[in-house]
Amino acid sequence: MDVELRDIYKTFGAVRANVGITLRVPAGTIQGILGENGAGKSTLMKILSGFMRADSGGIILDGRPVSIHSPADAIRCGVGMLHQDPLDFPPMRVIDNFILGRKGGLLPGQAEAARDFKRLAEQFGFSLNPDSYVDALTVGERQQLEILRLLWLGARALIFDEPTTGISAAQKEKLFAALRLLAEQGKTILFVSHKLEDVEGLCHRVAVLRQGYLVGEAQPPYTTKNLVEMMFGKSISAGERNPCAGGGSTLILDNLSVEDYRLKVRDVSLDVCRGEVIGLAGMEGSGQGLFLRAVSGMVRTVGGRILAGGKDLTGKSYHAFKRNGVAFLPAARLEEGLVSGLNLTEHFVLSEPPDGFFINWEQGGALARERIAGFNVKGTPASTVESLSGGNQQRALLALLRDPLALLLLEHPTRGLDIESTIYIWSKLKERCKQGTSIIFMSSDLDEILQYSDRVLVFFSGRVTPPLDASMLKTDKLGQLIGGKGWDEFTTGKSA
Amino acid sequence: MDTNTILVGLAGVLALAAPILFAVIGETITERAGIINLSLNGTILLSAIGGFAVACETGSLLLGFLMGMLVGALVALIVAFSSITLRQSQVAVGFVLALLGRDLSYFLGTPYMNISGPRLAALPIPFLKDIPVLGPLFFRQDVLTYLSFAIIFLVWLWIFRTRPGLMLRGIGERPAAAFVRGANVNLMRYVYTIIGGAVIGLAGPAYSLNVKAGWMGYQSGLDGFGWIALSITIFGGWNPLRAAFGAYLFSLLQWLGLVLQPVLPGIPSQVLQVAPFPLMILTLLLVNISNAEWVERMLAAMPEGLRHVTTRLLRAMRASPPASLGVPFESE
Repeated sequence: MDVELRDIYKTFGAVRANVGITLRVPAGTIQGILGENGAGKSTLMKILSGFMRADSGGIILDGRPVSIHSPADAIRCGVGMLHQDPLDFPPMRVIDNFILGRKGGLLPGQAEAARDFKRLAEQFGFSLNPDSYVDALTVGERQQLEILRLLWLGARALIFDEPTTGISAAQKEKLFAALRLLAEQGKTILFVSHKLEDVEGLCHRVAVLRQGYLVGEAQPPYTTKNLVEMMFGKSISAGERNPCAGGGSTLILDNLSVEDYRLKVRDVSLDVCRGEVIGLAGMEGSGQGLFLRAVSGMVRTVGGRILAGGKDLTGKSYHAFKRNGVAFLPAARLEEGLVSGLNLTEHFVLSEPPDGFFINWEQGGALARERIAGFNVKGTPASTVESLSGGNQQRALLALLRDPLALLLLEHPTRGLDIESTIYIWSKLKERCKQGTSIIFMSSDLDEILQYSDRVLVFFSGRVTPPLDASMLKTDKLGQLIGGKGWDEFTTGKSA
Repeated sequence: MDTNTILVGLAGVLALAAPILFAVIGETITERAGIINLSLNGTILLSAIGGFAVACETGSLLLGFLMGMLVGALVALIVAFSSITLRQSQVAVGFVLALLGRDLSYFLGTPYMNISGPRLAALPIPFLKDIPVLGPLFFRQDVLTYLSFAIIFLVWLWIFRTRPGLMLRGIGERPAAAFVRGANVNLMRYVYTIIGGAVIGLAGPAYSLNVKAGWMGYQSGLDGFGWIALSITIFGGWNPLRAAFGAYLFSLLQWLGLVLQPVLPGIPSQVLQVAPFPLMILTLLLVNISNAEWVERMLAAMPEGLRHVTTRLLRAMRASPPASLGVPFESE
């Protein structure tokens, strides 16, 4: 389907999200939409998919102007959108999710739907069990389900909003293969991303947005430098690996075992030295999250010992870990890390050790102002945390951490952040390392793992590699391990 | 006690459970759509006196039941309007309506105190009533009790086996995703809240025109049913079949309280009368026990095989509420 956006304008209060954007995408094209957070990509896609109305401008599909008032309208016109966090129903079965929203009689017509589901899934090589529950699926599999569902509803143009966030390398390959196949079938793909490598590797054409304007378009071969300049209006370089500070261990794990109802992580031994960065790689749900929570004291271990800062903390509470200089930053920033509704000053006051019964707001405000400036948070002491962007929430979380820390545990520290924020966050983290804090972080971004870690642990369905030297590790090797290949060399008597 | 007495007693338990069942099923429908109707206790009392008054004045039982449903639907409409359209707290509005409905029913009921009114007669089903055991248990009841049996399965079928029911679950679970799939979320929430309210409204006349016919104000023994029904809705995991089990369990406990009184003279009768309430709370605790930290600790200390079985069992028992229960929906 030919998709054309003509002269789209959209403002929110004083913010101009889209300013006169015109974009033509012919059928069978994978069109990349590139831009940093807040560049207007999402707004533009929400307008096309019926979530929002444009202030002015038109949408033309296959040469015919259409008016789209709701997502249901959009899908009737053949435009479907996959959201970054797939808009599905986690406690329901795959097949129920598939059927939900399809018009029809009183009975859902399970048998027929299951047949169509199977046929579509085979076409793309997706192996989804229609009877499994969606909350047991990975983000990648949930995306696959959404793709199949939208195609079944007759989508001929598909919008993907940051689809590679939170999925594994293997799933990314599968997704890209499916997108190429869709394009061959004549479907139009709009691929929204801030990840340069994804866009460069996949898209037939790229449009770059900055501060609401369409600032340029590019075709292969792309030059990264050119794209970055278009995105940010300037060039940016990443930080460097700094060597281990030396001088003793901050964390010793001795045959640590931890498990939940579906996964067991067995006998992990690790000695982390001061200032070292350990990356945890693996598909979502391979055990790295569980491991990280065990080391933070949030999940009880079932075997082995944890020594942090020289003290045996095995079986102790989260607060005991915290007192001994272990801090944990969860991925769900607003759910677990920050308190919605409280402003930045209140957060800083809360995170400081209690000092008397009454709050000294003057002191709190001064502290907030100082930290906000120090961490370059775009907000004021009175801003509530939910009003901040993802990158600024992460900066605020880092700013909340007390000094000194022995060990900092991070879950997806830069997920959903643009390049500039990512580099900034890591520069702050590396500052901490220079002061002797060790970092353990998990990420689904292989480049992040390889770029910032000193050593890497790879997880695959509960199995763990010994610590691998990051400077010796190559992306393809790491990708294989994450996908469960090449584990033979680590086979020991203990791990089955 | 001989078998026959026990059978008659158990048949009474089934009939006694009908008001609670209507309330629980109605609330389940409402909460599945993502709205909490906390006014239950007030609604039930108000529909009980409303239904009784209309039946007394007109002599028609049918009109009495319809009046009960109308009262339930109207209270539900207030809940829906204030929470969906006005975006007020469902909890606050529900509490106020629960108290208001209760006091209003006692006030309006004064002229009808202790007068005899019509009462629903039993309607044994030919042939089926003669089946041993099952006959006296299930087929010598009245129309309303038959309806209470039927509504469990009808609502279960609707929620779990039909296309609109699937969308209903979606609306309560994740309204944004339901909206993307073409649902008019707020309209559907209105519809289900009002239908649920009408079913809740049947609970009142089911009591005042059947289980314990008449109106005795504070002495009616109906006060508190609404709160129990709310907790059974949770215990029932928003599933009509599990909820029905809870309603029958509560009704059985109440009956046991009466039956055991002569057998256990040492225990004050008040204890046995009140016992079903803490027992329900205990059951609720058991169902959701896996959330507790000490359980987690206990699990960690178990040997591996046992731990696995226990973890799975606890997980299966745990029921999760519709994720967007009580959360208003706005499409951008």
